[in-house]
Amino acid sequence: MGGGLTLDHFLILSLIVFALGMFCVLTRRNAIGILMGVELILNSANINYLAFAFFGGGKYDGQVFAIFVIMLAAAEAVIGLAVVLAIYQNFRTIDVGATETLSG
Amino acid sequence: MLATVIFYAIAALTVGSALIVAFSRNILYSTFSLLGALMGVVGLYVLLAADFVAMVQLLVYVGGILVLTIFAVMLTAGIADVTVSNRAVGTVPGLVTVAIAGGVMLYAITRTHWHQAALSAPAPTTYAIGNAFLGAYVLPFEVASLVLLAALIGAIVISRHEAVE
Repeated sequence: MGGGLTLDHFLILSLIVFALGMFCVLTRRNAIGILMGVELILNSANINYLAFAFFGGGKYDGQVFAIFVIMLAAAEAVIGLAVVLAIYQNFRTIDVGATETLSG
Repeated sequence: MLATVIFYAIAALTVGSALIVAFSRNILYSTFSLLGALMGVVGLYVLLAADFVAMVQLLVYVGGILVLTIFAVMLTAGIADVTVSNRAVGTVPGLVTVAIAGGVMLYAITRTHWHQAALSAPAPTTYAIGNAFLGAYVLPFEVASLVLLAALIGAIVISRHEAVE
């Protein structure tokens, strides 16, 4: 890839995706929207892993870690969405501002 | 040169889709834009010579997580009501927090002198990753299968209907 692409290109792109995911998590009141923000954050972390793996000399450790992250993201999505559906069955809403039974 | 053009095209797709995910008032638009963001990330992985990870991303994220998310969106009510389906509150504090965190990270990225090794030609990675999983990373690999089993059982237990006595 001699086209002038550097590590910074990928890091800044991943930073943008991370910032958008963080904004999504912070401001959303829809629980599924929050989970989508988490997916964006995990993807940005994966971009970093693979960028460092690629520009760090072509070792495979970064790619192995990225696969672990994808696996954990899948488990997180499954559990998260199951919780969302359970909340929906109990509260008839998935607005995280409305589910405040445990708040003191 | 071509790689740069492709990178910026993929970056535009990824960031544009992520923007819609973060800012759309309609949860359905957000969900389907997540498809664009994930596909853009797949393109980035290919650009970074990670063919196996790109395929895993395509199968697990686009084929699994995204479909699951769409299912969850469809199974929860209020979809048709655009104004309340994806409400966002605290936009200004959120933007300030994100700007501060992003600014700090941008400063760190631009100020650090990253060591860059000499780039090797992209080669197929599946063989090496498979060896790594059954060699140096065999314990995390096995623990991962336990995590997946626990997630599977946990999801069933959480989402099933309790039998009414």
